[in-house]
Amino acid sequence: MDAILQTEDLCVEYRTRGLKAEFKPALQELNLSVHAGEVFGFLGPNGAGKTTTINVLLGFIPPTRGTAYLFGIDVRQPIARQRIGYLPEMTYYYKFLTVEELLRFYAKIFKLPSADAERRIDYLLKLVELEPVRKRLIKTYSKGMQQRVGIAQALINNPDLLVLDEPTSGLDPLGRMKVREIIQRLKNDGKTVFFSSHELGEVETVCDRVAIINQGELKTLGRVDELVARHGANLEKVFLDIVGYQSQPAL
Amino acid sequence: MNTVWALTGIVIKELYRRKDFYVLFVLTALITLAAGSVEFFKDPNIVRYVKDLCMLLIWVSALLITIATAARQIPAERESRTIFPLLAKPVTRGQVILGKFFGCWLASGTALAVFYLFFAVITGSREQHWPVLDYLQAYLLQWIMLGIVTAMTLLGSIVFAAPSSTVTILFIVVAGILFLGRHLNTVALHNPEPLRGIIYTVYFIIPHVELFDVRERVVNDWGLVNWLDCGLAALYAAAYTALFLLLTWLAFRRKSLN
Repeated sequence: MDAILQTEDLCVEYRTRGLKAEFKPALQELNLSVHAGEVFGFLGPNGAGKTTTINVLLGFIPPTRGTAYLFGIDVRQPIARQRIGYLPEMTYYYKFLTVEELLRFYAKIFKLPSADAERRIDYLLKLVELEPVRKRLIKTYSKGMQQRVGIAQALINNPDLLVLDEPTSGLDPLGRMKVREIIQRLKNDGKTVFFSSHELGEVETVCDRVAIINQGELKTLGRVDELVARHGANLEKVFLDIVGYQSQPAL
Repeated sequence: MNTVWALTGIVIKELYRRKDFYVLFVLTALITLAAGSVEFFKDPNIVRYVKDLCMLLIWVSALLITIATAARQIPAERESRTIFPLLAKPVTRGQVILGKFFGCWLASGTALAVFYLFFAVITGSREQHWPVLDYLQAYLLQWIMLGIVTAMTLLGSIVFAAPSSTVTILFIVVAGILFLGRHLNTVALHNPEPLRGIIYTVYFIIPHVELFDVRERVVNDWGLVNWLDCGLAALYAAAYTALFLLLTWLAFRRKSLN
Protein backbone atom coordinates (compact mmCIF):
# COMPACT_ATOMS: atom_id res chain seq x y z
CA MET A 1 0.00 0.00 0.00
CA ASP A 2 1.34 3.46 -0.90
CA ALA A 3 2.18 5.70 2.03
CA ILE A 4 0.45 9.09 2.08
CA LEU A 5 2.82 10.40 4.73
CA GLN A 6 6.32 9.08 5.04
CA THR A 7 9.47 10.04 6.88
CA GLU A 8 12.88 8.48 6.22
CA ASP A 9 15.60 8.75 8.88
CA LEU A 10 14.27 12.15 9.81
CA CYS A 11 16.56 14.09 12.17
CA VAL A 12 16.13 17.58 13.58
CA GLU A 13 18.73 19.26 15.75
CA TYR A 14 18.43 22.60 17.52
CA ARG A 15 21.40 24.82 18.22
CA THR A 16 21.49 25.87 21.84
CA ARG A 17 22.06 29.54 22.65
CA GLY A 18 25.11 30.85 24.46
CA LEU A 19 28.84 31.05 23.90
CA LYS A 20 29.34 27.29 23.71
CA ALA A 21 26.63 26.50 21.21
CA GLU A 22 25.74 22.82 21.07
CA PHE A 23 23.39 20.82 18.91
CA LYS A 24 20.50 19.26 20.79
CA PRO A 25 18.62 16.47 18.97
CA ALA A 26 14.84 16.95 18.80
CA LEU A 27 14.18 14.04 16.44
CA GLN A 28 16.40 11.04 15.83
CA GLU A 29 16.10 8.97 12.64
CA LEU A 30 12.32 8.89 12.66
CA ASN A 31 10.79 6.44 10.18
CA LEU A 32 7.02 6.60 9.80
CA SER A 33 4.50 5.56 7.16
CA VAL A 34 0.85 6.51 7.23
CA HIS A 35 -1.40 4.82 4.69
CA ALA A 36 -4.53 5.99 2.92
CA GLY A 37 -7.74 5.81 4.93
CA GLU A 38 -6.22 5.23 8.35
CA VAL A 39 -6.46 7.31 11.50
CA PHE A 40 -2.96 7.50 12.90
CA GLY A 41 -2.26 8.64 16.46
CA PHE A 42 1.09 10.24 17.21
CA LEU A 43 1.76 10.07 20.93
CA GLY A 44 4.47 11.14 23.29
CA PRO A 45 5.01 13.14 26.48
CA ASN A 46 5.63 16.90 26.33
CA GLY A 47 8.87 17.69 24.52
CA ALA A 48 9.00 14.26 22.85
CA GLY A 49 9.18 15.70 19.33
CA LYS A 50 5.56 15.45 18.17
CA THR A 51 5.16 19.11 17.22
CA THR A 52 8.68 19.16 15.72
CA THR A 53 7.66 16.28 13.44
CA ILE A 54 4.49 18.12 12.41
CA ASN A 55 6.53 21.30 11.85
CA VAL A 56 8.84 19.45 9.47
CA LEU A 57 5.91 17.81 7.66
CA LEU A 58 4.34 21.23 7.10
CA GLY A 59 7.59 22.89 6.04
CA PHE A 60 7.85 25.24 9.04
CA ILE A 61 11.33 23.97 9.89
CA PRO A 62 13.84 22.20 7.65
CA PRO A 63 15.07 18.75 8.70
CA THR A 64 18.74 18.52 9.68
CA ARG A 65 19.00 15.14 7.94
CA GLY A 66 16.59 12.70 6.32
CA THR A 67 13.49 13.38 4.26
CA ALA A 68 9.74 13.56 4.63
CA TYR A 69 7.11 13.09 1.95
CA LEU A 70 3.42 13.88 1.65
CA PHE A 71 1.70 12.03 -1.22
CA GLY A 72 5.19 11.10 -2.46
CA ILE A 73 6.28 14.75 -2.76
CA ASP A 74 9.12 16.18 -0.68
CA VAL A 75 7.60 18.37 2.05
CA ARG A 76 9.94 21.22 1.14
CA GLN A 77 7.82 21.75 -1.98
CA PRO A 78 4.65 23.78 -1.27
CA ILE A 79 2.63 21.64 -3.69
CA ALA A 80 3.00 18.76 -1.19
CA ARG A 81 0.49 20.67 0.98
CA GLN A 82 -2.19 20.97 -1.74
CA ARG A 83 -4.18 17.98 -0.46
CA ILE A 84 -3.75 18.39 3.27
CA GLY A 85 -5.65 20.20 6.00
CA TYR A 86 -3.95 21.36 9.19
CA LEU A 87 -5.53 22.16 12.53
CA PRO A 88 -3.04 23.75 14.93
CA GLU A 89 -3.21 23.26 18.68
CA MET A 90 -4.25 26.85 19.35
CA THR A 91 -6.47 29.17 17.33
CA TYR A 92 -4.12 31.10 15.06
CA TYR A 93 -6.42 32.97 12.68
CA TYR A 94 -6.85 36.53 11.45
CA LYS A 95 -9.17 37.80 14.16
CA PHE A 96 -10.06 40.96 12.24
CA LEU A 97 -11.89 38.82 9.67
CA THR A 98 -15.26 37.09 9.86
CA VAL A 99 -15.21 33.30 9.55
CA GLU A 100 -16.76 33.62 6.10
CA GLU A 101 -13.99 35.98 4.92
CA LEU A 102 -11.30 33.75 6.40
CA LEU A 103 -12.63 30.66 4.60
CA ARG A 104 -12.96 32.63 1.35
CA PHE A 105 -9.32 33.73 1.71
CA TYR A 106 -8.10 30.16 2.20
CA ALA A 107 -10.33 28.96 -0.67
CA LYS A 108 -8.55 31.49 -2.93
CA ILE A 109 -5.19 30.09 -1.84
CA PHE A 110 -6.34 26.63 -2.88
CA LYS A 111 -7.58 28.17 -6.15
CA LEU A 112 -11.12 26.85 -5.65
CA PRO A 113 -13.56 28.22 -8.24
CA SER A 114 -15.76 30.90 -6.67
CA ALA A 115 -19.07 28.97 -6.86
CA ASP A 116 -17.49 25.79 -5.44
CA ALA A 117 -15.85 27.82 -2.68
CA GLU A 118 -19.18 29.40 -1.65
CA ARG A 119 -20.86 25.97 -1.58
CA ARG A 120 -18.00 24.53 0.46
CA ILE A 121 -18.09 27.48 2.91
CA ASP A 122 -21.86 27.02 3.43
CA TYR A 123 -21.38 23.29 4.02
CA LEU A 124 -18.51 23.75 6.49
CA LEU A 125 -20.22 26.49 8.47
CA LYS A 126 -23.19 24.18 8.93
CA LEU A 127 -20.88 21.29 9.85
CA VAL A 128 -19.12 23.25 12.59
CA GLU A 129 -22.31 25.04 13.62
CA LEU A 130 -21.07 28.56 12.94
CA GLU A 131 -23.69 29.42 10.32
CA PRO A 132 -25.60 31.90 12.56
CA VAL A 133 -22.41 33.86 13.39
CA ARG A 134 -20.77 33.80 9.96
CA LYS A 135 -20.79 37.62 9.70
CA ARG A 136 -19.25 38.22 13.13
CA LEU A 137 -15.54 38.98 13.55
CA ILE A 138 -13.54 35.97 14.81
CA LYS A 139 -12.17 38.03 17.72
CA THR A 140 -15.67 38.05 19.25
CA TYR A 141 -15.89 34.22 19.29
CA SER A 142 -15.44 32.00 22.35
CA LYS A 143 -12.47 29.58 22.46
CA GLY A 144 -14.64 26.63 21.43
CA MET A 145 -16.02 28.59 18.48
CA GLN A 146 -12.51 29.61 17.41
CA GLN A 147 -11.45 25.95 17.52
CA ARG A 148 -14.39 25.16 15.22
CA VAL A 149 -13.16 27.91 12.87
CA GLY A 150 -9.91 25.92 12.84
CA ILE A 151 -11.72 22.74 11.85
CA ALA A 152 -13.58 24.55 9.07
CA GLN A 153 -10.38 26.09 7.63
CA ALA A 154 -8.62 22.72 7.80
CA LEU A 155 -11.39 21.17 5.67
CA ILE A 156 -11.84 23.98 3.13
CA ASN A 157 -9.98 22.11 0.36
CA ASN A 158 -11.69 18.78 1.15
CA PRO A 159 -8.27 17.35 2.09
CA ASP A 160 -7.21 13.73 1.66
CA LEU A 161 -4.95 14.00 4.70
CA LEU A 162 -5.78 15.91 7.85
CA VAL A 163 -2.97 16.81 10.27
CA LEU A 164 -4.28 17.64 13.73
CA ASP A 165 -1.99 18.92 16.46
CA GLU A 166 -3.68 18.17 19.78
CA PRO A 167 -7.11 19.05 18.41
CA THR A 168 -9.03 18.69 21.67
CA SER A 169 -6.56 20.51 23.89
CA GLY A 170 -8.39 23.02 26.10
CA LEU A 171 -11.86 22.10 24.85
CA ASP A 172 -14.82 21.29 27.06
CA PRO A 173 -16.38 17.77 26.84
CA LEU A 174 -18.91 18.94 24.24
CA GLY A 175 -16.19 20.42 22.09
CA ARG A 176 -14.15 17.22 22.37
CA MET A 177 -17.13 15.15 21.36
CA LYS A 178 -17.68 17.37 18.34
CA VAL A 179 -14.04 16.98 17.22
CA ARG A 180 -14.23 13.22 17.75
CA GLU A 181 -17.41 13.06 15.66
CA ILE A 182 -15.74 14.99 12.86
CA ILE A 183 -12.69 12.69 12.90
CA GLN A 184 -15.02 9.68 12.80
CA ARG A 185 -16.93 11.18 9.89
CA LEU A 186 -13.69 11.83 7.99
CA LYS A 187 -12.61 8.26 8.64
CA ASN A 188 -15.94 6.98 7.28
CA ASP A 189 -15.39 9.15 4.20
CA GLY A 190 -12.08 7.36 3.62
CA LYS A 191 -9.86 10.31 4.58
CA THR A 192 -6.51 9.89 6.30
CA VAL A 193 -6.03 11.54 9.68
CA PHE A 194 -2.70 12.06 11.42
CA PHE A 195 -3.03 13.50 14.87
CA SER A 196 -1.01 14.09 17.96
CA SER A 197 -2.79 13.96 21.27
CA HIS A 198 -2.44 13.52 25.00
CA GLU A 199 -5.97 12.16 25.28
CA LEU A 200 -5.19 8.45 25.27
CA GLY A 201 -8.80 7.34 25.71
CA GLU A 202 -9.73 9.33 22.64
CA VAL A 203 -6.81 7.88 20.67
CA GLU A 204 -7.83 4.37 21.65
CA THR A 205 -11.36 5.06 20.43
CA VAL A 206 -10.65 6.55 17.03
CA CYS A 207 -7.16 5.45 15.93
CA ASP A 208 -6.25 2.45 13.78
CA ARG A 209 -2.51 2.68 14.46
CA VAL A 210 -0.33 4.67 16.82
CA ALA A 211 3.31 5.63 17.12
CA ILE A 212 4.79 6.54 20.49
CA ILE A 213 7.89 8.71 20.62
CA ASN A 214 9.98 9.81 23.55
CA GLN A 215 12.98 12.18 23.54
CA GLY A 216 12.87 12.28 19.75
CA GLU A 217 13.08 8.51 19.31
CA LEU A 218 10.36 6.26 17.97
CA LYS A 219 9.61 3.78 20.76
CA THR A 220 6.81 1.75 19.24
CA LEU A 221 4.56 1.64 16.21
CA GLY A 222 1.60 -0.61 15.62
CA ARG A 223 -2.11 -1.27 15.59
CA VAL A 224 -3.90 -0.09 18.73
CA ASP A 225 -5.66 -3.44 19.31
CA GLU A 226 -2.39 -5.36 18.89
CA LEU A 227 -0.50 -3.10 21.29
CA VAL A 228 -3.24 -3.37 23.89
CA ALA A 229 -3.42 -7.15 23.49
CA ARG A 230 0.38 -7.52 23.64
CA HIS A 231 0.65 -5.55 26.89
CA GLY A 232 -2.58 -6.88 28.36
CA ALA A 233 -3.63 -3.38 29.41
CA ASN A 234 -5.30 -0.26 28.06
CA LEU A 235 -3.45 2.27 25.91
CA GLU A 236 -2.68 4.52 28.87
CA LYS A 237 -0.79 1.71 30.63
CA VAL A 238 0.98 0.81 27.38
CA PHE A 239 2.01 4.45 26.95
CA LEU A 240 3.30 4.80 30.50
CA ASP A 241 5.30 1.56 30.22
CA ILE A 242 6.87 2.63 26.94
CA VAL A 243 7.90 6.10 28.11
CA GLY A 244 9.33 4.52 31.29
CA TYR A 245 7.04 6.16 33.83
CA GLN A 246 7.46 4.91 37.41
CA SER A 247 4.93 5.88 40.03
CA GLN A 248 6.25 7.61 43.18
CA PRO A 249 6.19 5.57 46.38
CA ALA A 250 3.44 6.60 48.77
CA LEU A 251 4.43 9.25 51.30
CA MET B 1 -0.60 35.43 -8.62
CA ASN B 2 -4.00 34.49 -7.14
CA THR B 3 -2.36 33.72 -3.80
CA VAL B 4 -0.36 36.97 -3.83
CA TRP B 5 -3.51 39.04 -4.47
CA ALA B 6 -5.39 37.14 -1.76
CA LEU B 7 -2.61 38.05 0.71
CA THR B 8 -2.61 41.64 -0.55
CA GLY B 9 -6.33 41.87 0.18
CA ILE B 10 -5.78 40.63 3.73
CA VAL B 11 -3.13 43.31 4.40
CA ILE B 12 -5.45 46.08 3.19
CA LYS B 13 -8.44 44.66 5.09
CA GLU B 14 -6.37 44.53 8.28
CA LEU B 15 -5.32 48.18 7.94
CA TYR B 16 -8.92 49.18 7.38
CA ARG B 17 -10.32 47.06 10.23
CA ARG B 18 -7.58 48.08 12.67
CA LYS B 19 -8.61 51.66 11.98
CA ASP B 20 -5.04 52.59 10.98
CA PHE B 21 -6.44 54.72 8.20
CA TYR B 22 -8.09 56.97 10.79
CA VAL B 23 -4.65 58.47 11.44
CA LEU B 24 -4.84 59.45 7.81
CA PHE B 25 -7.82 61.68 8.43
CA VAL B 26 -6.01 63.53 11.21
CA LEU B 27 -3.01 64.13 8.95
CA THR B 28 -5.30 65.13 6.10
CA ALA B 29 -7.02 67.63 8.38
CA LEU B 30 -3.62 69.16 9.23
CA ILE B 31 -2.67 69.42 5.55
CA THR B 32 -6.06 70.91 4.75
CA LEU B 33 -5.73 73.51 7.48
CA ALA B 34 -2.22 74.49 6.40
CA ALA B 35 -3.09 74.55 2.69
CA GLY B 36 -6.31 76.43 3.38
CA SER B 37 -4.36 79.30 4.91
CA VAL B 38 -2.41 79.94 1.67
CA GLU B 39 -4.63 82.79 0.43
CA PHE B 40 -4.72 84.38 3.89
CA PHE B 41 -1.08 85.50 3.65
CA LYS B 42 -1.24 87.14 0.18
CA ASP B 43 2.58 87.44 0.10
CA PRO B 44 3.83 84.98 -2.61
CA ASN B 45 6.88 84.03 -0.52
CA ILE B 46 4.73 83.03 2.43
CA VAL B 47 2.35 81.17 0.11
CA ARG B 48 5.30 79.21 -1.26
CA TYR B 49 6.53 78.56 2.27
CA VAL B 50 3.13 77.23 3.41
CA LYS B 51 2.88 74.99 0.33
CA ASP B 52 6.40 73.73 0.99
CA LEU B 53 5.38 72.94 4.56
CA CYS B 54 2.34 70.99 3.32
CA MET B 55 4.45 68.98 0.89
CA LEU B 56 6.93 68.21 3.67
CA LEU B 57 4.04 67.03 5.84
CA ILE B 58 2.83 64.80 3.00
CA TRP B 59 6.31 63.30 2.61
CA VAL B 60 6.84 62.68 6.33
CA SER B 61 3.32 61.27 6.83
CA ALA B 62 3.56 58.95 3.81
CA LEU B 63 6.97 57.69 4.95
CA LEU B 64 5.73 57.07 8.49
CA ILE B 65 2.61 55.22 7.32
CA THR B 66 4.61 53.09 4.86
CA ILE B 67 7.40 52.16 7.29
CA ALA B 68 5.10 51.54 10.27
CA THR B 69 2.78 49.36 8.18
CA ALA B 70 5.45 47.29 6.45
CA ALA B 71 7.57 46.85 9.59
CA ARG B 72 4.93 44.94 11.50
CA GLN B 73 3.57 42.67 8.73
CA ILE B 74 5.77 39.58 9.02
CA PRO B 75 6.64 39.93 12.77
CA ALA B 76 2.90 40.21 13.56
CA GLU B 77 2.18 37.06 11.52
CA ARG B 78 4.85 35.24 13.52
CA GLU B 79 3.83 36.64 16.87
CA SER B 80 0.13 35.90 16.46
CA ARG B 81 1.14 32.60 14.82
CA THR B 82 -1.25 33.14 11.90
CA ILE B 83 1.72 32.27 9.70
CA PHE B 84 1.33 28.58 10.66
CA PRO B 85 -2.08 27.80 9.15
CA LEU B 86 -1.08 30.02 6.22
CA LEU B 87 2.18 28.22 5.39
CA ALA B 88 0.50 24.85 5.99
CA LYS B 89 -1.29 25.57 2.71
CA PRO B 90 0.37 25.53 -0.70
CA VAL B 91 1.85 28.98 -0.19
CA THR B 92 5.54 29.76 -0.63
CA ARG B 93 7.37 32.20 1.58
CA GLY B 94 8.11 34.20 -1.56
CA GLN B 95 4.37 34.61 -2.14
CA VAL B 96 3.92 35.75 1.46
CA ILE B 97 6.59 38.43 0.96
CA LEU B 98 5.09 39.57 -2.36
CA GLY B 99 1.57 39.66 -0.90
CA LYS B 100 2.76 41.75 2.03
CA PHE B 101 4.73 44.04 -0.29
CA PHE B 102 1.83 44.74 -2.64
CA GLY B 103 -0.60 45.16 0.28
CA CYS B 104 1.60 47.75 1.98
CA TRP B 105 2.51 49.50 -1.25
CA LEU B 106 -1.12 49.79 -2.39
CA ALA B 107 -2.19 50.99 1.06
CA SER B 108 0.54 53.65 1.14
CA GLY B 109 -0.39 54.65 -2.42
CA THR B 110 -4.02 55.10 -1.37
CA ALA B 111 -3.01 57.19 1.65
CA LEU B 112 -0.73 59.30 -0.54
CA ALA B 113 -3.50 59.81 -3.12
CA VAL B 114 -5.80 61.13 -0.37
CA PHE B 115 -3.07 63.55 0.80
CA TYR B 116 -2.40 64.88 -2.71
CA LEU B 117 -6.10 65.13 -3.52
CA PHE B 118 -6.83 67.28 -0.49
CA PHE B 119 -3.72 69.39 -1.04
CA ALA B 120 -4.59 69.95 -4.72
CA VAL B 121 -8.26 70.74 -4.09
CA ILE B 122 -7.62 73.15 -1.22
CA THR B 123 -4.70 75.05 -2.78
CA GLY B 124 -6.40 75.02 -6.20
CA SER B 125 -9.64 76.46 -4.88
CA ARG B 126 -7.77 79.19 -2.98
CA GLU B 127 -5.33 80.18 -5.75
CA GLN B 128 -7.61 79.40 -8.73
CA HIS B 129 -4.67 77.53 -10.26
CA TRP B 130 -4.90 73.80 -11.15
CA PRO B 131 -1.55 72.22 -12.12
CA VAL B 132 -3.10 68.71 -12.18
CA LEU B 133 -0.28 67.08 -14.17
CA ASP B 134 2.36 68.45 -11.81
CA TYR B 135 0.56 66.96 -8.83
CA LEU B 136 0.00 63.67 -10.66
CA GLN B 137 3.70 63.44 -11.55
CA ALA B 138 4.79 64.29 -8.00
CA TYR B 139 2.36 61.68 -6.67
CA LEU B 140 3.52 58.94 -9.04
CA LEU B 141 7.21 59.58 -8.35
CA GLN B 142 6.66 59.57 -4.60
CA TRP B 143 4.57 56.37 -4.77
CA ILE B 144 7.26 54.64 -6.85
CA MET B 145 9.82 55.71 -4.22
CA LEU B 146 7.59 54.26 -1.48
CA GLY B 147 7.94 50.90 -3.25
CA ILE B 148 11.69 50.95 -2.46
CA VAL B 149 10.97 51.99 1.15
CA THR B 150 8.36 49.21 1.57
CA ALA B 151 10.78 46.56 0.28
CA MET B 152 13.61 47.91 2.48
CA THR B 153 11.32 47.83 5.52
CA LEU B 154 10.21 44.26 4.86
CA LEU B 155 13.89 43.27 4.75
CA GLY B 156 14.48 45.16 8.01
CA SER B 157 11.52 43.38 9.63
CA ILE B 158 13.17 40.01 8.98
CA VAL B 159 16.63 41.12 10.12
CA PHE B 160 15.78 43.16 13.24
CA ALA B 161 14.07 41.64 16.25
CA ALA B 162 11.25 44.06 16.99
CA PRO B 163 9.03 46.15 14.68
CA SER B 164 9.82 49.25 16.76
CA SER B 165 13.55 48.92 16.03
CA THR B 166 12.79 48.38 12.33
CA VAL B 167 10.65 51.54 12.24
CA THR B 168 13.30 53.65 13.99
CA ILE B 169 16.24 52.36 11.94
CA LEU B 170 14.41 52.59 8.62
CA PHE B 171 13.09 56.09 9.28
CA ILE B 172 16.60 57.30 10.15
CA VAL B 173 18.12 55.58 7.11
CA VAL B 174 15.52 56.92 4.65
CA ALA B 175 15.61 60.43 6.14
CA GLY B 176 19.42 60.27 6.04
CA ILE B 177 19.41 59.32 2.36
CA LEU B 178 16.86 62.04 1.58
CA PHE B 179 18.87 64.80 3.24
CA LEU B 180 22.47 63.64 2.75
CA GLY B 181 22.40 61.15 -0.13
CA ARG B 182 22.92 63.70 -2.90
CA HIS B 183 25.89 65.32 -1.11
CA LEU B 184 27.91 62.16 -0.48
CA ASN B 185 29.95 62.38 -3.71
CA THR B 186 30.95 65.99 -2.85
CA VAL B 187 31.86 64.89 0.68
CA ALA B 188 33.97 62.07 -0.76
CA LEU B 189 36.00 64.55 -2.83
CA HIS B 190 37.04 66.42 0.32
CA ASN B 191 38.34 63.32 2.08
CA PRO B 192 41.59 61.36 1.67
CA GLU B 193 41.78 57.69 0.71
CA PRO B 194 40.61 55.19 1.93
CA LEU B 195 37.69 57.20 3.38
CA ARG B 196 37.02 58.67 -0.05
CA GLY B 197 36.61 55.18 -1.52
CA ILE B 198 34.31 54.11 1.28
CA ILE B 199 32.06 57.18 0.93
CA TYR B 200 31.96 56.73 -2.86
CA THR B 201 30.99 53.07 -2.41
CA VAL B 202 28.16 54.07 -0.06
CA TYR B 203 27.10 56.76 -2.55
CA PHE B 204 26.82 54.21 -5.36
CA ILE B 205 25.20 51.47 -3.26
CA ILE B 206 22.36 53.32 -1.52
CA PRO B 207 19.04 53.82 -3.29
CA HIS B 208 18.84 57.53 -4.06
CA VAL B 209 15.29 58.16 -2.94
CA GLU B 210 15.90 61.91 -3.17
CA LEU B 211 15.72 61.54 -6.98
CA PHE B 212 11.95 61.15 -6.61
CA ASP B 213 11.54 64.34 -4.61
CA VAL B 214 10.03 67.03 -6.87
CA ARG B 215 8.52 69.13 -4.09
CA GLU B 216 10.45 72.25 -5.09
CA ARG B 217 9.15 72.04 -8.65
CA VAL B 218 5.55 71.76 -7.43
CA VAL B 219 5.87 74.58 -4.90
CA ASN B 220 7.62 76.98 -7.31
CA ASP B 221 5.60 76.02 -10.42
CA TRP B 222 8.72 75.06 -12.36
CA GLY B 223 6.78 72.72 -14.62
CA LEU B 224 6.93 69.02 -15.33
CA VAL B 225 9.94 66.75 -15.31
CA ASN B 226 10.51 65.00 -18.66
CA TRP B 227 8.31 61.86 -18.63
CA LEU B 228 11.18 59.84 -20.11
CA ASP B 229 13.28 60.72 -17.06
CA CYS B 230 10.37 59.64 -14.88
CA GLY B 231 10.31 56.29 -16.71
CA LEU B 232 14.04 55.83 -16.10
CA ALA B 233 13.54 56.69 -12.42
CA ALA B 234 10.75 54.08 -12.27
CA LEU B 235 13.14 51.46 -13.72
CA TYR B 236 15.78 52.47 -11.17
CA ALA B 237 13.20 52.08 -8.36
CA ALA B 238 11.99 48.74 -9.74
CA ALA B 239 15.57 47.40 -9.73
CA TYR B 240 16.15 48.42 -6.09
CA THR B 241 12.71 47.16 -5.01
CA ALA B 242 13.38 43.79 -6.67
CA LEU B 243 16.83 43.62 -5.01
CA PHE B 244 15.42 44.29 -1.53
CA LEU B 245 12.59 41.80 -2.05
CA LEU B 246 15.12 39.19 -3.17
CA LEU B 247 17.22 39.81 -0.05
CA THR B 248 14.06 39.57 2.10
CA TRP B 249 13.20 36.23 0.50
CA LEU B 250 16.75 34.92 1.01
CA ALA B 251 16.62 35.88 4.70
CA PHE B 252 13.11 34.46 5.22
CA ARG B 253 13.06 31.31 3.12
CA ARG B 254 15.07 29.06 5.47
CA LYS B 255 14.08 30.75 8.73
CA SER B 256 12.70 28.31 11.31
CA LEU B 257 9.24 29.36 12.43
CA ASN B 258 8.83 27.33 15.60
